[in-house]
Amino acid sequence: MTNIIELISQPWHWSISGAMIALVMFLLLYFGGEFGVSGNLRTLCAIGGAGKKISFFNFNWRNQIWNLVFIFGAIGGGFIASQYLASDMPVQIAEATRDHLASEGIATPVTLEDGTGYVPMEIFAKEKILTLRSLIFIVLGGLMIGFGTRWAGGCTSGHAISGLSNLQLPSLIAVVGFFIGGLIMTHFLLPFLFSL
Amino acid sequence: MKLIKFFIVGLLFGIIMTKSEAVSWFRIQEMFHFDSFHMYGIIGTAVVLGAVIIWSVKQSRLKNSSGTEISFNPKDLSVPRYLFGGTIFGLGWAMTGACPGPMFTLVGHGFISMILVILSAVAGTYLYGVVRERIPH
Repeated sequence: MTNIIELISQPWHWSISGAMIALVMFLLLYFGGEFGVSGNLRTLCAIGGAGKKISFFNFNWRNQIWNLVFIFGAIGGGFIASQYLASDMPVQIAEATRDHLASEGIATPVTLEDGTGYVPMEIFAKEKILTLRSLIFIVLGGLMIGFGTRWAGGCTSGHAISGLSNLQLPSLIAVVGFFIGGLIMTHFLLPFLFSL
Repeated sequence: MKLIKFFIVGLLFGIIMTKSEAVSWFRIQEMFHFDSFHMYGIIGTAVVLGAVIIWSVKQSRLKNSSGTEISFNPKDLSVPRYLFGGTIFGLGWAMTGACPGPMFTLVGHGFISMILVILSAVAGTYLYGVVRERIPH
């Protein structure tokens, strides 16, 4: 058992990770759901009463509770994985990316003392939340994710995984959009935002 | 009680997102810099296996756990909503380094700031609902 936990605690090879994501998609289909996380954001709006004013949120959200339960499970999974299945080194990032980020003032953790390598602490540490730069990343980033996913009708799970697996052309267009936005942000806007 | 199985699949998903490192802001930067195959490998494997799974489900007319045949709703084809909506999502994805699944997973890691990202994303979805009739689809 200890050996199994040690094995799982290593960072997973991309092929294992990809296969496990496909398994999650299948399990959700088999249990009568579907794999699409961003729909939960709409459900949360509806639960908050947004349907009274805006018809887009006036739907029977009780049919979507399974998806909220799923995503609350993911919070628990994140807790379990970070507490009990933690790797003994931070996420190993390509040297070119590390150098690039360092030139813009963002340090990539090399040892666990520097961090786990999941988020850059310069921006997302709780002590930084109320700084202008962090607020821009958190609030503007979040707003664009919420707005964009609903406009496009899905996010990475709904379009890039479920949609492409079902050979949906609209999902391919959406994924092209994801990359247009991601590349513009990474190469043209982030260098400015880091400097704030 | 029916919901417990979704909670368990969610637990599995959170563990997968963490151990695959797809929740890492740095991995997303690496992907958008084309410096590593890691994220492309994950998404590529999931899509290829997912396509085999969905094809098999359709071919065998597989029933779900409550006995109804599993069906898929084809998406309506248009360009603006997918391209523009997708681009806006991509801008946010590269900033926060987290798409909706990882946002929630990272709350489980104890990153309080991700709760604010989620609340902002809910606000963004609300904003979409407000202007929905006035933007192209």
